[in-house]
Order: sequence, then C-alpha cells, then structure tokens
Amino acid sequence: MIEEIITSGRMNPEIDPVLHVWGWEIPFYLFLGGLSAGILIFSAYFTLRNRQDELPIAVKWMPIAVPFLIGIGLISLLLDLSHVLYAWQLFTNIRWESPMSWGAWTLMLITPLSIIWVATWMEDIFPNWDWKFEEAKTAVNWLKSQRRLLAQVLILLSIILGMYTGILLSAFNARPFWNTSILGPLFLTSGLSASAALISFFSRTEVEKRLFTRIDIILIGIELFMIIHLFMGHLAGTQVHIQAAKMFLGGAYTVSFWVFVVGLGLILPVILEILELKHKFIPAIVPVVLIVAGNLMLRFIVVNAGQASRWLY
Amino acid sequence: MSNTMNRRDFIKIASIGAGGVAFATPLFDFSKGEILAPDVIPGMYAKRTPTYCEICFWKCAGWVHTNDKGNIWKVTGHEDDPHSNGRLCPRGTGGVGMYNDEDRLKTPLIRTGERGNQTFREASWDEAFTYIADGLKKIAAEHGPECVALFSHGSGGHYFGDLIKAYGSSNIAAPSYAQCRGPREVGFIATYGEGVESPERVDIRDTRCLVLIGSHFGENMHNGPVQEIAQATEKGATIITVDPRFSTVASKSKFWLPIKPATDMALLLAWIHVLIYEDLYDKEYIEKYAFGFEELKAHVAQMTPEWAYGITTIKPEVIRQTAREMANASPRVIVHPGRHVTWYGDDTQRLRTVAMLNALLGSWGRRGGYYYPEQVDFKSYPHPPFPTPKRTWKDAYPGKFKLAGLALASGICDATVPTTERDCSFKGWIVNGTNLIHTLPNQANTLKAIQALELMVVIDTMPMEITGYADVILPECTYLERYDDIRVSKHREPTIALRMPAAKPKWNTKPAWWMAKGIADKMDLGHYFPWKNIEEKLEWELKQVGTSLEEMQRIGVKKYKRQFDDLYPMQNLEDFEFNTNTGKIELFSTAMEDEGYDPLPNYTAHEEPPDGYYRLIYGRAPMHTFSRTANNPNLTDLMDENSVWVNPKIAKEWGLKNDQYLWLENQDGIVSKTPIKVRVTERIRFDSVYMVHGFGHTNNKLSRAYGKGASDADLITRVHVDPVMGGTGMRGNFVTFRFKAGEEVSS
Amino acid sequence: MRYAMAVDTLKCVGCTDCVVACQTENDVPMGHCRDWIVEKTTGTYPQLQLEIRSERCNHCANAPCVRTCPTEASHYAAGGIVLVEESECIGCKACITSCPYDARFIHPEGYVDKCTFCVQRVEKGQKPACVSVCPTHAMIFGDLDDPNSSISKAMATRKWKSLIPEAGTDPKVFYLI
Repeated sequence: MIEEIITSGRMNPEIDPVLHVWGWEIPFYLFLGGLSAGILIFSAYFTLRNRQDELPIAVKWMPIAVPFLIGIGLISLLLDLSHVLYAWQLFTNIRWESPMSWGAWTLMLITPLSIIWVATWMEDIFPNWDWKFEEAKTAVNWLKSQRRLLAQVLILLSIILGMYTGILLSAFNARPFWNTSILGPLFLTSGLSASAALISFFSRTEVEKRLFTRIDIILIGIELFMIIHLFMGHLAGTQVHIQAAKMFLGGAYTVSFWVFVVGLGLILPVILEILELKHKFIPAIVPVVLIVAGNLMLRFIVVNAGQASRWLY
Repeated sequence: MSNTMNRRDFIKIASIGAGGVAFATPLFDFSKGEILAPDVIPGMYAKRTPTYCEICFWKCAGWVHTNDKGNIWKVTGHEDDPHSNGRLCPRGTGGVGMYNDEDRLKTPLIRTGERGNQTFREASWDEAFTYIADGLKKIAAEHGPECVALFSHGSGGHYFGDLIKAYGSSNIAAPSYAQCRGPREVGFIATYGEGVESPERVDIRDTRCLVLIGSHFGENMHNGPVQEIAQATEKGATIITVDPRFSTVASKSKFWLPIKPATDMALLLAWIHVLIYEDLYDKEYIEKYAFGFEELKAHVAQMTPEWAYGITTIKPEVIRQTAREMANASPRVIVHPGRHVTWYGDDTQRLRTVAMLNALLGSWGRRGGYYYPEQVDFKSYPHPPFPTPKRTWKDAYPGKFKLAGLALASGICDATVPTTERDCSFKGWIVNGTNLIHTLPNQANTLKAIQALELMVVIDTMPMEITGYADVILPECTYLERYDDIRVSKHREPTIALRMPAAKPKWNTKPAWWMAKGIADKMDLGHYFPWKNIEEKLEWELKQVGTSLEEMQRIGVKKYKRQFDDLYPMQNLEDFEFNTNTGKIELFSTAMEDEGYDPLPNYTAHEEPPDGYYRLIYGRAPMHTFSRTANNPNLTDLMDENSVWVNPKIAKEWGLKNDQYLWLENQDGIVSKTPIKVRVTERIRFDSVYMVHGFGHTNNKLSRAYGKGASDADLITRVHVDPVMGGTGMRGNFVTFRFKAGEEVSS
Repeated sequence: MRYAMAVDTLKCVGCTDCVVACQTENDVPMGHCRDWIVEKTTGTYPQLQLEIRSERCNHCANAPCVRTCPTEASHYAAGGIVLVEESECIGCKACITSCPYDARFIHPEGYVDKCTFCVQRVEKGQKPACVSVCPTHAMIFGDLDDPNSSISKAMATRKWKSLIPEAGTDPKVFYLI
C-alpha cells in the first residue's frame, strides 16, 4: 500500500483537495470563442469563394452574432479574473510563451475586426440601412473594397482564436490530460462544427442547409477521429497520461463524456443529419441543440478533468 | 571527559554567571556560506520582548516580535535557551493564535443555571472575588480548608497554590503526575533515589543508542529531545523503537519492534536476561554502584527471549540483536523512560525495569546516558509561613498509593464523590488551566464529583468543557500579555528566563498573580502576598541571583555556570552515594519491599481486546498540546480534527473507507460523543486503533474546535490504577466501530 | 547566484513548524498555506517506510508559471527566486494550473500568492523563516553557485532527489534521502 497524504492540513481554496480554479467561466468563454471563430471562418471563407449571395446566412447574417458572442465571452473571462482591476496589465505585455497573452491579443484584434466585418454587410442585410454620417459611409465603402484582405486576416485570426481555445489548456504540462497538442485542432473543429450546425439550422435555402449539414457531418467525423487519437496518444504516453486517460476509461468522467459528449453530442446528431440529408423528417432543432450542448459540455468536461489530472509524486 | 568535582566535596565555586550572557549579533560565516544572524530584521518590527512559551510544559524561552503597528507579529526561539536552542516547535511558533483567538474568555462569569448548562452572567472582578472568598470561607467554616483542592497546569498555578496554602490546604494536584509521568518518577526514585524530572535529564545529544518504549518523539514535539535526536542520529546514533504503531520516530529507527500492545514488560525483562546471561552488562558499574544484582539475575533466569517471543511477538533473535546493540553503545545508551507512562496499572514496575536496564548498561550519570542537571538556587519573595493543614488528600486513601510523591488529580477527584466511608469529601475545586473533563479518565465519575462540589472556580484563557461546570470563571490573559514567575530551569547548565507582556491584555482578562492576590485580599490573607505587584516581586527575586528585571527584559534568558562539575558524576566510576536505603542503585528495591510491593518487577498479562474490538491507543500530534490548542486559529489551520487509524486488513473486514465518519464504542458500551474520520493506514497494528488526543470538544463556544473529531477521553472508562502510586492506567480500553451516533446522555 | 533549498527527509519529523512560521512571518491568511508537509508511507505492516517532506514552491529554473503568465507578474528575481508581482497579477490563474506542485493559491485579495523563499529576509542575509525555525535543522538554504555553501556540500555528499523533475521544471528544492 502506498499512502501519500498532506499532513499539515493544507486546504487552499480552489486548489485542494483537487484543483478547481476554473469554474464555468473559462469553459463557457472557450465555447464562445470557438463558436465565434467557426462563424467567422465560414463567413470569410465563402466570401473569398464569392458565394456570399448563395449562402447569405453563413456569410452575412451569422457574423452579426460574433461581436455579442465575443462580448459575452469576454465578460465571463473577466468574471473569472480574481484580480480584475489589474486586467489592463494584459495589454502592457506581450508574452509569446503565454497562451493567455496570445488569446488576449487575438481577441483585441478580432473583436474590432468582426465589428468592421459585420459593418461591411449591413447594407446587404438591411436594404434600408443608413449610416447617417457621410464619413461613416465613405469608410464603410472603403472597407467593402478591402473585403478580400479583411477575409484573409479574419481567417488567420479565427484559426488562431479557435486553436487557442485548446492550446490554452494543452500548454499546461502540469495537467497531463490537457497536455496533448490535439486539443487545439479538436477545439477548432468542434467550434466549426457548432457554427456549421447553427448555420444549417438558420439557413432558409436548401442549398445552404444541405451544404452546411454535409460540412458538419465531415467535421464531426474529424472530431471523433481526433477524440480517439487523444486517448490513443495518452494511453501510449507516460504513467501520468495513462492515469489521465483512465479518468475517461472507467474513471469519474466515463459516463458524462462517452454518453453525453460523444453519444448525444456527436454520434446521435451525425446520424440525424445523415437521415436529414436522406430526406427523412427530422425536426431541425434537434441536431443543432444536441451539437451545441455537446460542444459546450466537451469544454466543461475537458476543463474539469484536466484540473483533476495531475502528476503523481 | 569530565574531571569530576563532586557536589559532596563541598567545594564552592563562586560563579554567578558573569560570562553567560552575550547578545548575539548578525554575522555571516563566509567559509560555510552560512547565515548566522539572529532572527532580527531591522525595520520589520518595532520591538521584541522576552517570554517563555506556555503552550506546553516544555516552556521554551523565546522572543515576541511586535510589528510597527504595535501588534504581536510572531514568536521565535531564544538563542541562549537550552530548552529551545533558538527554535520553537510549531505550537510555540503558533502561540500568537492563542492571543488572537476571538473565542477567548473575556470577562469574569458567574453561573446562573445548572452546572454544565453554560448559563452565566458577566460579573465584575470584585463581584467574582467576593463570590469565591465567601464560598471558600463557608467551606472552611463547615468542613475545614483541607476540603479544597487545586488542580493546576501551567505557570499561573503557583499563585493559586500559594492562595490555597495560605487558606490552609495542601491539596495541589497536577494531572501531569497521576495521569502522565508519576510512575516514571516513582520507578526511578525507587532505583536511583531520584527521578527523571522535567525536562528529562537524558543526554540524547551525545548518545549512541536511544531506545524508545512507545515514545513518539516528533509527534510529541518535546522540543529539546526532538532536536537532540536529530543531532544524535546525524552523528550516527542508533534508535530502537518499540511501538505497535509505525510512528514517525519508528520510521527513523534502525530497529522498529512492532510489539503486541501491553506486553512491554516481557520485552524489557528479556532484554535484562540477555544483558546478564550474555555477559553484556557493565560489570564494573554494577559492582560498584548496584544492590541486588544476584537477586535480579536469579529473578530473570527464565525470562528468555524465547519466553518473551510468545508474549510480545518480537522474534528472539531481534530481542538479542537489539540488546547487543545497546550493550555495544554502553554506557552511551538511553533506554528512555518516556513521559506519559500511565498505561496498564503496573507502570511503576515497568518504569523500574527501564531504570534497571539503564543501570545494567551503565548509563546513569554518564555522558550519552543520564546527566545530573543543575538549577540556580532561586529564592522566592519571602512571605509568612503557611498554616499546617490537618489533613491531606492521602487521608482519603489509607494504606494505598504509598509511594505517590505528589497529589493525585484522579485521587482528589474520586475523593470528591461522597461516600459513607469518608467523613469529609472534597467540597471545593480551583481548576487552573487544565480541562479535567478531557484530562481525567472516566468522565462519568468526574462529572459526579463536580456535581457534588459546593464551589468550583475555573481559571483559563479559553472556554473549555470544564468551564461549563464552573461556578465562577476567571478569564486569564494569555502568556503573551502577562508577567509570570521566573522560569528556573534544571538543565545541563542552569538558566533563568523571564516572561513579560508583549501587549496589553485583551478584553477584561487578568494575570493569575493579580487574581490570586485579589482573592487573598478579600479573605484577609493578603499578607501572604506581601508585594505590591509582580514587578516588585520579580525585581526582588532577580536581585538575589545577581540580575535585575531591567537586565532580564533586555536579555530574556540568563545562563549561569554550574556550581559543581558533576554533570556525569559516574563517568569514571567515582564514589557516589545514592539517595536510597542502601545508598546504591537498587536493582532490588528495598523501598518497594518495605511497602509491600514487588521488589523485583514481574510480567503480568493484561487483558486483550475481545473479538471485534481493538485496543485504543492515543497519542499526540506535533501541532497540538492536548485539548488546549484545539481552537488556536494557527494550529487548527494545520489540523482541525483527528482521525482513527485503522489497519487496512481491519478496514477491509469492516468495509471502512478513508475519510468516512463513524463513532467508536468501547467495551462498556460508551459511544464517542462525536464522530471521527477513518484513516486507513498500514502504520497501525491490526489489533489496535490509534487516535490523537485532544479533539472532540463539546463546548460550542469553541468556534473552530466544537464537534471536530472525537475524544479518546470519552472512551477511557476503564482505569487500571497503579497500586504503588495511584497512576491511572488508560491503555486498557477497547473500541469497536459504530455507524450511528450513541443515544443522547441526559445530563 | 542560484538560491536553493534542501530538505533532509531523514531529519524531518513533519512537525509543521515550517508551515506555522511561514504563516506568521509572511502574514499568510488563515486557511491558506505556502508550504505544507507530505507523508508517504510505503509497504505492508510491519515492513514499512515513511518519507516526510516539507514542500513548497520549487522555484524552478524552468518555471511553467513564469512561462504561462500573460503579464509579467510571475517572474524570476535575483538568485532565481520565482516571485509574483501583486500589482501586475490579473488573477487569471494560468500559473496555478501550470504548476505541477500545486504550490500557488489565490490570496483573498485576488492576486496569486506562493512561497517567496522569504525574499525579504534573504535580501537581508537571513534564512527563510521555515529554515530558521526548523527544530531538527532539517532544512538547508543557500547558494548552489558557491561550492562552499552548506547546500552545495550537502548536495555533493548526500543522495538527493527533486520532485517531478520529469515535468521539465528544473526544481530548486531538493530532498536529501
């Protein structure tokens, strides 16, 4: 028997007995970040492909949500900061090694860009839109002419944002469960999947709906593949990684992860989407709710489980 | 080597320590890269004042540091103090918590409801003193002053001792005697003519082999010995630990003997057998100093390691090997007498055996064995002679406990319960700083005694279980807020230490001297306290030993040179007359024989736990002193409840899991008042459970300690009383596990 | 100059004095601690071993907390002591999750706090509070770059280990075994 215990009564709040410094705020923020990144990527990508009129929801409508999503995400991030009055310190430093710093700066750039992006589409969306001021009109018109450049920058920043939501976690080698580079691509893919599902739900045309349903099916396939890889990687790792994987393979997170995230959040909706493509009647709301909920849950579980996984000594 | 100058040579050396005191200055030893600065950071505190610690009986001297806001900041050890060597233990370091505890007693209280119901009204000091004085006068008039007893633990007790002596009673008991170290003193006095005393006169620093019988140094943070054990082991000393539990010190030992509980006597006798029959004992030493060797030799002839194996479960070769290990180190070997030794009721005899083992190894009076301590000849402020009491507590026990050297706390408690056999039971208790409910075994009996009292006065800093039963509660200020008597230490070198207030007393609390003097004034006994205030008393006393209050306030501790060079008086087999009947080390005790006790110790089998029950072993945790620190904010932060240690095999049998709460029930059907957490650990034997003493407080005025953990005292209902001196053996209780609370006992 | 600490597990009795001393010295709020005691028991009764360690921030030379800090609050001070600058800390807790030793915590005032090796004492030539009180002298503090320092000597003559070196942290608290 090995008994290893702290005998001096250490009970630091949120650290002991199991690390839980990050509550709902961080996973929720990661979810919104991923979703925003997904929406912007689709919008920018199909703009570059000149399909803005064919895919109005994806390109023009969905980005309207992004500034709000990011705004809510930032609020929850600020709620998480325990020394929030000093939050401005984030922008007096550039720390290349710190994913937090990366995230802060990316958001700093992407938030105004997403607003500008939405602005360039306002007249398309609302035909009666009036910018009121001549200067604004001129500026927007100039920005419209730069849309391709904007789209390219947005895609780059959105990929960084989407990946960052995972890399933020995988940069912590102290938490073996997070310590896998697949977390970045996985969170990016999952963010894309949730936005594809939402676009498909809101789309008014068969073309757009079917396109995004198809995209979503592929993305979910990639996601499942990455999840399997995540565990294969851990199981082929060191003792601490094996221990971390075991939390999901018989441990505390087994049911919540495999039933809710994988079963109800990925496999069931992908089946429903395939049936939908085959013109079976599926209430459109069902797969999208399942996917978004699964997406959210994935982040909650990963954030929690990562904090519970630790080095053994 | 000591060139012995015997005390008995009467060569006086005038040496009132001029040299002893040097104020340490910061310095850096560049050759070693060591920082040797004392604990002083300029600018980090406004001042430091000397104190000696009151968190346990070790009374380490230290400094109280005050920050620039005038608040007490921290307490550190005093560099010149032989008790602490500049380093306090966690409790001493956490002493500020005692001062900061907001649950402290804040003002005098007088009971308004039933005893134990915790209904009190606030009173002025004058009112409280009048109440006490009237009560004491009434008892003196109706029953005689001898029917009042003082129970005391801690520095202030001396003043209440003077008070009741002036009043006419000599019944002053400390639970530290009959509930703790009494048998040790009696066992050693019967052998060497003197006791081990406190701090123990063991020369651990220079020993080569230290044998511990159940002592768990490191978990009991007796500062001096713990420090010296580390020093000795660094120099390569062997430790042999006998304990059914894998204690901290067992883990540091070369030999750990996981003995079957209650069989230590057989092991000790077998060791004696090996030392004698393998010719390993110190022959010259025994020949010169010992009386009764042949009787002992014959006595242990059959007590072979093989015989002991069947009793103790310790293999014969291990018994032989450890005996040889001791002999190899002889005379620099200590078979340590322990401190809390009231276990099975034959404790005096067991400690006699320990004393004899040391004699056979030639370690008494030798370097690395037992040294001869010395203290300053200290005169107390003169007062008129106290009246001679007509009776003492011993009159309640004709023909019993004949070798008890000090009053028995448990004996006085028993003699308080009225019986037809006695014409006078105790009627009044003054309880100073000792929580008798947790300290004395057999709580039901203690409560019965308390209910029979006419007056109970409790002096404490904290509300405790015992304060709930008091008629009057006097709130004492903590040691950080008061002057007390000078600490006069018996050690390798004599020292004195001053305690002075580092801050004004919080709330309406007062020092013991002020209370005792105040009560005395009310009773027209003021002339026994003939000083104006304690400063005047201390000033006079310090002057007699060549110093002053002003100097002591500055230096805190004053070292004196030994008057006699007899630290190790038997080092080279010098002549020595022991204070025994024969003037020798009595292996065969004539005193014991005279009083009708076994002159040579015998093994007696003790009761074993019934099926499904486990022997209750209790002990200490390094961050707590009994129950008195259980509410200290700094120390509860480290440990706020105890757990019951259960061997994994037993845990499996019962389906017990770590951190699960359950109740313990003893052989008499008594259930612990509070639940306790399980700790499944290999560190405890399968036939025993272990818990740390001092938890399970039931006084809800203790905001941090209330209801946390369980009290072993609840479960010690069967007491094996030592016939020689009345020690209360408490290790003969057995417990089993219960998954729901016991029924409420109506009080 | 490279400050380091060595804890002699053979001498440490786990008394927790280091924990209390740290608390009073540095005014660490109740319910929080910068150092702690771990007891590790291995084996089966009666073949048992016990290792007792006084643990704290390892002041890693390759500190993940410094790397993940988005501001420069977590930083290396003179002698390699890892510190947190309260007025730069935003409380994002990235450093807390990045520490494999769980050595950091959130101070009730919001910033992240941890062992400082008592830098305020060390600057003045004193040992950290925990070292200065240890009753068994189980702790050594000093400069690894000075071959004559007691810590360098202990490391040269004793067997030692550090905690989770495989996490790549290059810890500077060592355990003499």
